[in-house]
Amino acid sequence: MQLPDVGSGGAVPPPRRARIVLAEITRQDTRAERTRAELAQQTQIGEALVRGLVRAQLALALRLSLVVAIGLGGLPWLFAIAPSLGRTTVAGVNLPWLLLGVASFPFLIAVGWAYVRLAERNEQDFIDLVQRPER
Amino acid sequence: MGNGFVVPAIVAVTLVTVGIGFYGLRLARTTSDFLVASRAISPTWNAAAIGGEYLSAASFLGIAGLVLKYGVDVLWYPVGFAAGYLALLLFVAAPLRRSGAFTLPDFCELRLGSRRLRILATAFVIFIGWLYLVPQLQGAGLTLATVAGSPYPLGALLVAAVVTANVALGGMRAITFVQAFQYWLKLTALAVPVIFLVLQWQADGRPAVTPPDGLTFRTATTVVVEHRATLTLPNGDIREVRPGDELAFAAGDPVPDVSGVATAASDWLLPSAAGNDDRGLFATYSLILATFLGTMGLPHVLVRFYTNPDGAAARRTTLVVLALVGAFYLLPTLYGVLGRIYTPQLLLSGQTDAVVVLLPGAALGDGTVGRLLAALVSAGAFAAFLSTSSGLLTSVAGVISTDVLGRGSVRGFRLATVIAGAVPTLLALHVSGLDVSQVVGLAFAVAASSFCPLLVLGIWWRGLTDLGAAAGVLVGGGAAIGAVLVTVLGPPLSGWPATLTTQPAAWTVPLAFTVMVAVSVATRRRTPADVAATMLRLHTPETLRM
Repeated sequence: MQLPDVGSGGAVPPPRRARIVLAEITRQDTRAERTRAELAQQTQIGEALVRGLVRAQLALALRLSLVVAIGLGGLPWLFAIAPSLGRTTVAGVNLPWLLLGVASFPFLIAVGWAYVRLAERNEQDFIDLVQRPER
Repeated sequence: MGNGFVVPAIVAVTLVTVGIGFYGLRLARTTSDFLVASRAISPTWNAAAIGGEYLSAASFLGIAGLVLKYGVDVLWYPVGFAAGYLALLLFVAAPLRRSGAFTLPDFCELRLGSRRLRILATAFVIFIGWLYLVPQLQGAGLTLATVAGSPYPLGALLVAAVVTANVALGGMRAITFVQAFQYWLKLTALAVPVIFLVLQWQADGRPAVTPPDGLTFRTATTVVVEHRATLTLPNGDIREVRPGDELAFAAGDPVPDVSGVATAASDWLLPSAAGNDDRGLFATYSLILATFLGTMGLPHVLVRFYTNPDGAAARRTTLVVLALVGAFYLLPTLYGVLGRIYTPQLLLSGQTDAVVVLLPGAALGDGTVGRLLAALVSAGAFAAFLSTSSGLLTSVAGVISTDVLGRGSVRGFRLATVIAGAVPTLLALHVSGLDVSQVVGLAFAVAASSFCPLLVLGIWWRGLTDLGAAAGVLVGGGAAIGAVLVTVLGPPLSGWPATLTTQPAAWTVPLAFTVMVAVSVATRRRTPADVAATMLRLHTPETLRM
């Protein structure tokens, strides 16, 4: 860019002021851009951000599979050590039949629903972190 | 059987399937349309299509048959078939969609950059696909033989021909519409008759499912035995029966005890207990592992995820699938339970897989309503064979056309479809003694011991290497395949060896994970250089795409 010749005209300041405002906006943009670039180029910051997201999502998935492992996986063991439970009837139907044949499906759907909500929240947190790095 | 409604119903289902296929064909113009439906399918359609594709002969016929035969312990089949989608949702759905992989071999190459691993994965996809296709075609042959009295090969050939033609001509786009239609057909075909069956049961004075004096025949029955068995008659006599033997019972006669079947009320009604049935408990946990973890490794399930627009949509689609599949699985159990009252002769003949198609006629009599419902159920069963076979064939053909023939063209895909359909058809014609649900269960075990560790570790662990993945798939999947071959072809076993080979997942899945991790750690230097970029792509939301 050519610097204006100070000696000849002398009435230039107003456009310069406008330029400073534009530069502010551009600079804010580059902050987000820079974080994105850091992600793309796998700088240490970008790498740490992605690792954090992966860890959060994995921890969520493992926690919910633990819920299923205990809630459903514990049943054969429970029926095996406490056979009287299998003979308990609710409304004329034996408890194992009700738990496995009916209750297990809403339980699985509820866990899945919770996962979708929480996983999307984790991703939103990550997006916020990337797009507003200064806050 | 003299039911004049059955054959027209089956023909109608077949025609509608082909019809929707050709309607889709007019829309399929490009290779992309053909293979992945151009990714222009809404989540609801996609979820119904996944559900329609997933609910196979094993779900529609097999579960009810198993419940009739073995009771509460096999309720883990429907629970596991549904829970498999939860495991898929938690660990695989969104990252797999974001990876951009269309098939499992694609994923291997994207994540680990190894051509040889890709070839290994291709071999496993083809093996699992064929292992799953054979019982579908067999189920079709047996169903048509049961309800329409046709020779066994006709049903198998009919389904194979319709499916191969439809997949080869319509491709994936047509399949999506066909599958979505077939989910709703299958749900209707089980749900409507169940209402009539339960009303009939009420009208009959709610006969007990486990009467204190044992099961009895409600009407005079002649049973033709299909499988060799040992009967214990009520007076204590023991009798060996062979295929072809005819047994006559009068109304009110007690049902004899059959070897290998839970005829006694307590065996059927109550779960296996510790101490006296440790093998039963092991088999239950093995079944849970195979079905929970096997779904994500089934080739026809994963292909569907590519038709979602992004990772978040893949997640929501999976949740809808879980709900649709869960709703369906409430029904087969009722058929198995009511079968104890109305069709106890199936316990003697060994044809328990036929309970779903025979129950409406047996309970409601030979009137128009009974015949119409029997026809509806048969149509649903045919929808099950057609849809699952179509999905499997599409994915096996896709893998063959890209990885074996090495062509990405529509013509290559058509050639691959014919090859992929011919092999299981020949197998189904020559092997008719296999048990539908057992073979499907083995396919789940192989998938859980090969692709499940590969996907889970590949998505969540940076340290996975190509050698580690190959070793894990070869050792774990190989052990599961060995168990399959011993079960299907080997001599009959008893005791622990039988349990370990018919339900192998409880030892092959941990084996696969262990080998994969150990070999990856030992070959740490082979970790792909671009693993950080891959992780970024798998796990970050699409809105941030750079």
